[in-house]
Amino acid sequence: MTTLTLTYPGGSAHDAHDHHDQAGTVKLGFWLYLMSDCVLFSGLFATFAVMSKAFAGGPTPATLFDLPYVAIETGLLLLSSLASGVAMVAAYKRMKGATLAWFAITALLGLGFLGMEINEFAHMIAEGAGPQRSGFLSAFFTLVGTHGLHVTAGLIWMAVLMSQVALRGLTETTMRRLVCLSLFWHFLDIIWIGVFSFVYIMGFSA
Amino acid sequence: MSMIFGKLTLNDIPYQQPIIMGATVFMALVVLGTLWFVTRGKHWGYLWREWLTSVDHKKIGVMYIILALVMLLRGFSDAIMMRAQQALAANGAQGYLPPEHFDQIFTAHGVIMIFFMAMPFIIGLMNLVVPLQLGARDVAFPYLNSLSFWLTVSGAVLINMSLAIGEFAKTGWLAYPPLSELTYSPGVGVDYYIWAIQISGIGTTLAGVNFIATILKMRAPGMNLMRMPVFCWTALCTNMLILAAFPILTVTLAMLTLDRYLGFHFFTNDMGGNPMNYINLIWMWGHPEVYILMIPLFGAFSEIAATFSGKPLFGYKSMVYATMAIAGMSFVVWLHHFFTMGSGANVNAFFGITTMIIAVPTGVKIFNWLFTMYKGRVRFTVPTLWMVGFMVTFVIGGMTGVMLALPGADFVLHNSLFLIAHFHNVIIGGVVFGCFAATNYWFPKAFGFTLNEKLGKASFWCWLVGFYLAFMPLYALGFMGATRRLQHYDNPAWQPFFIVAAIGAAVILAGIVLMAAQLIVSIRDREQNRDLTGDPWNGRTLEWAVASPPPFYNFAKTPVIEGLDAWHEMKKRGETLIPETFEPIHMPRNTWAGFVIGIASVPLGFALIWHIWWLAGLSFLFSVGCAIAHSFEQDRDYYVSAEEVAEIEGRRIAIAEAA
Repeated sequence: MTTLTLTYPGGSAHDAHDHHDQAGTVKLGFWLYLMSDCVLFSGLFATFAVMSKAFAGGPTPATLFDLPYVAIETGLLLLSSLASGVAMVAAYKRMKGATLAWFAITALLGLGFLGMEINEFAHMIAEGAGPQRSGFLSAFFTLVGTHGLHVTAGLIWMAVLMSQVALRGLTETTMRRLVCLSLFWHFLDIIWIGVFSFVYIMGFSA
Repeated sequence: MSMIFGKLTLNDIPYQQPIIMGATVFMALVVLGTLWFVTRGKHWGYLWREWLTSVDHKKIGVMYIILALVMLLRGFSDAIMMRAQQALAANGAQGYLPPEHFDQIFTAHGVIMIFFMAMPFIIGLMNLVVPLQLGARDVAFPYLNSLSFWLTVSGAVLINMSLAIGEFAKTGWLAYPPLSELTYSPGVGVDYYIWAIQISGIGTTLAGVNFIATILKMRAPGMNLMRMPVFCWTALCTNMLILAAFPILTVTLAMLTLDRYLGFHFFTNDMGGNPMNYINLIWMWGHPEVYILMIPLFGAFSEIAATFSGKPLFGYKSMVYATMAIAGMSFVVWLHHFFTMGSGANVNAFFGITTMIIAVPTGVKIFNWLFTMYKGRVRFTVPTLWMVGFMVTFVIGGMTGVMLALPGADFVLHNSLFLIAHFHNVIIGGVVFGCFAATNYWFPKAFGFTLNEKLGKASFWCWLVGFYLAFMPLYALGFMGATRRLQHYDNPAWQPFFIVAAIGAAVILAGIVLMAAQLIVSIRDREQNRDLTGDPWNGRTLEWAVASPPPFYNFAKTPVIEGLDAWHEMKKRGETLIPETFEPIHMPRNTWAGFVIGIASVPLGFALIWHIWWLAGLSFLFSVGCAIAHSFEQDRDYYVSAEEVAEIEGRRIAIAEAA
C-alpha cells in the first residue's frame, strides 16, 4: 500500500531517468540487431565453406588472390576502426571538431578499403572469374560483397550522422547514434577478420 | 523487355482463367468497398491519425490480427479448393483445377498461412499483451514497431497481387531448388514468393529486436525475470528464435535471388551449385520457425489454464525451463525434414534422437496444464474449450511427429499425406486453436466488450470436428501411399478418404462462418457485454489491472511488482493501480515514417519482381530518403499532462463504480 501514496520527484529528475533508460535500451537493441547480422554472415560463411571446392573447372584461390594486396586492404579497414575509436574518445570529451575530423578520417579509410575491393572485383570479372563462373566464386563474391555493402551503408550512415553532429552538436541523441555507429563499424571489422582468415589466408594456403 | 514496364505486359493478367478472375474481382470489390466506405464517411483523417501513423502497441497489435484474419480467409479458400479438387480428381477425372493452377494454390496456401496468417497473429498478440503484462507504456522502439507492421502488410499485398498480375510460385511453400531456379521456374511466381517473404521477413526480424529489448529493459520495477507472466517468457523465447533464425531465411532467399537474377551458382545443378545446401539452410530457419509460431501460444494457454482454473499455473519454473529447452533444441533438429537426403545412418540417428528428446519438454508442459486444471474450479468458457481441444489434438500430432522422427519410418512416410496430416495436426491443433483461444481471452481487453459465448462455442465444435474429419483420413492415405501435392490420382481406393477430408474442410468452413457471426453479433450487442471493470475473467496478470480498452498510456502509475501473478496478489490485498497523485506521462508521438517506408516497399518489391529497374531504384532511394529525413526529426515525444491523466482515470473510476 505504501507504494500508492508515494509522491514523485520533480519533472526534471524524472526526465533524466527516462532518457538514461532510453540510451541503454537503444544500445541493447543495436547489439541485438548486430547479432542478427552476425547470423546472416554465418549463413554466408557456412555456404562459402560448403562451396569452397566447387570450382567447376574454373580458377582456384591460389591463382586468384593477391595476398599482399588484400593485406593492405585489411590494414585500411583496421586503421579506420582505430580512427573511429579515436573519434569516439573525442566525442566523449565533447570535442565536436575533433570528432568530426576523426570520423572524416574513418570515412576516408573506409572509402579506400571499398575502392580496393571494387578494384579487386573488377579485375576478377575482367579475367573471366566473375560470380557466374562457379559455385565457389558465387559464394566468394556474395560473402565479400555483402561485407562491402555493409561498409557502404555504414559510410552513408556516417555522412548523415556527421551532418547531424555538425548541425546540432554532440547532443544526447547524436551521441547515442554515434555509439551505435561505432559499434557497427567495429562489428564490420570483426567480420572482415573472419573473411580475411577463412577466405583469403585459408583459401590461399589450401 | 520494355524499359518502362520491364517484363510486365497485358498478357500477364490471367483473363482466360475464370476462377482466378473471379477471385480477383472479388478482392477488387472488397478493396474498393473499403475505400468507398472510408471516403464516404470521411474517415481518412481519423484513419491516418489514429491507426496508420499510430505507434501505440495495442493498435498495432489489433492491426496485425486483422491482417491475420483476412489472410486466414485467403489461405482457407486455397485449402478448400484443394480439398474439392482432390475429392473430384480420381480415376482419370481431372477435377476443375488445371495442374499449373493447383500448384500455385498449394504454394500460396502454405506461404500465406505461415507468413501472413500465423506470424502476424502471434506478433499481434505479443504486441497487444506483452507491454501490458510487463507494466510498460509501450514497446522499446515504437517507430520500429510501426515499420515492422507495415513491412508485413507490404509482403501480404505483394502476394495477393500475384493472383491478379502474373502468377505465384508453383514450387511448394519452401521453393526448393533446382525447381525454383530460373531454368525450371522461368516465370515471376518465384520472384513474388521471394520478395513477399523478404520484405515481411525484415519486418519480423525488426519485431524480434524490439520485443527482446522491451522484455529485457521495460519491465515494471520489481518484476525480475522469474516474476514475469509466462506469456512474456514465451514471447521472449520466440523473439530470440526470430532473431537467430530469420536472418538465415533472408540470406538463403538472397542467394536464390542472386541465382535467378544474376546467374550465380549457389543452388543450380551445374557449375558447382549445391541444391541440398538450400534445403539445409531453409530448414535451419524452418524448424525454429514452427516453434516461433507455437511457443507464444504455449504461453497463452498457460495464462488461460491458470485464469479459468482459478489457480496459479502449476510448475511455473518448469514451464520456463521447458520453453527455453524447446527454444534451444529447435536449432538441432532441422535435418529430420530430409532424412531421405542420404546423410548416412549416424547423422540421421543424431537428428532422430534430438527430435525425440524435444518431445520431453513439450510433455512437461502438457502435464503442467493438466495439473493446473486438476482440482481447480474450471470455468468452461470459450478459451478453455480451445485449450482442452488443443491438449488432446496437439498430443496426437506430437505422437505422429515422434513416429516421423524415426529415420526408418520416415523413409516410408516422407512427403506422404501422413506428413501433411502430422503438421496440420500440430499447427491447427496448436497454433490456430491457440490463436483463437487467445483472441477470445484478450478480445475484451482490446475492445472493452466480451465476445459472444454461444457462437464461440459453436465455432469451436465445428473447427474441432471439422479438423478431425479433414485430417484423420490423411494419415490413412499416407499409409496407403498417397503423396502430397497430387493434382489427380488413379487409385480408386483413395477417393472415399479424400471425400471425407473435403467434408471436414466444409465443417471447418462452418466454423469460420460462425466465427464471423460471433464477431458481428458481439459488436452488435456490445453494450450488453461491456467490460466495465477491466477484469472480466478474474485474471491474474497486470493487463487485467487497467481499464478495457486500456488508456493509450496503459498505466497512470508504473506498478511495483512483488511476486508472480501481480494483479491477483494486488486484488487479494485490496489494492488497485489507481494512484492518488497524478504526474505527466512521457509518450512517443505518432509518425508517418513507419507507414510510408513500409508501404514504399510495395512498389519496390513489384518493380524487382517485374524487372522494372527505374521504379525499383526510385522506390529504394525514396525509402532511404524517408529514413534519413525521419532521423532528422527531433520532436518525437511529448508529455501527457497530469490533468489529462487525472481526467481519463477519473472517468474510469466513475464507470467502474457505476457498474
